[in-house]
Amino acid sequence: MTDNGKQQMPFRLLLAVLLSTLAAGLGYAVLSLPSLAPGLSEQVAGKLETSGVSNPVTAVLLNFRAYDTLLELGVLLLALLGVWSLRGLPERRESSPGPVLDTLSRLLVPLLILVAGYLLWVGAYAPGGAFQAGSVLGAAGVLLLLAGWRPGARFAGLRLRIALVAGLGVFMGVGIMLILVGGHFLEYPPPFAAALILLIEAAATLSIGLTLAALFLGDRPETGARR
Amino acid sequence: METITVLQWAFDALLGAALLGLAWWLLDSAELFRAIVLFIAFGLLMALAWVRLDAPDVALAEAAIGAGLTGALLLAALARLESKNQTKTNHKDHRGTEVHDGQR
Repeated sequence: MTDNGKQQMPFRLLLAVLLSTLAAGLGYAVLSLPSLAPGLSEQVAGKLETSGVSNPVTAVLLNFRAYDTLLELGVLLLALLGVWSLRGLPERRESSPGPVLDTLSRLLVPLLILVAGYLLWVGAYAPGGAFQAGSVLGAAGVLLLLAGWRPGARFAGLRLRIALVAGLGVFMGVGIMLILVGGHFLEYPPPFAAALILLIEAAATLSIGLTLAALFLGDRPETGARR
Repeated sequence: METITVLQWAFDALLGAALLGLAWWLLDSAELFRAIVLFIAFGLLMALAWVRLDAPDVALAEAAIGAGLTGALLLAALARLESKNQTKTNHKDHRGTEVHDGQR
């Protein structure tokens, strides 16, 4: 190991120099910022009433910058498609869950689903929202998978795929529908903004949770048709 | 009032130092399992840092996605890597116990 360490010494020195330069640059950038930078928070606060929600973060993510969130959902779906396209993954060792994990997952999964629903609902007024709720739902899925549950063939086919693309699909659908009724892409009319945001977030929560759990499972679930 | 400010400064300094230390430690550890566990701990402390920065939204996302699910995904990937190694060389401990810990 010491030989290896000696060989790596110039490399490590170079790395230290580069990192110090980066740190110095970042420090300079932070210190040269004006101490009172209002940013865009005033514009957001001014338009908050028309956004349909009272939490400024959700207003930005789902209304003012909804396009970004739409693309994030697309990225998540692409990641899953990438994982599903991989062939010849090494098998994961299956281990029996044991009574503690088995019982605990039975108790925790309903609670996690409830928490996900709460986070989804509260996102309009306070910290929360689709990604947080979706990741809690995904954690419930991971817990189920760890406890030995596997999606059955009936669920793994078309239903799973529809649920996986529901978030992106509903988001796109709402955007296109708004163009058709004469607006711009994802420009919600204020009277319907709250309902549209909740609809999009509900579909997104389901899709995000399922996508994250499916990423954890790794293999493409057998649909039964191929067997 | 003043003691509270001093305590907050001390807490923030400790948090920042712990984050940097954890980051260094996890990048430096050659054993993957330990690196993942340190990464999860890093994510949890990072969530705490976001709370201190008055960004509870980011803190929630960091705790749930950064620490929780990314950690689970990394552990799942590690399990697959190990089962691959195990089928190649059939005589290793289940965690590949050789600890490459040269620098420490």
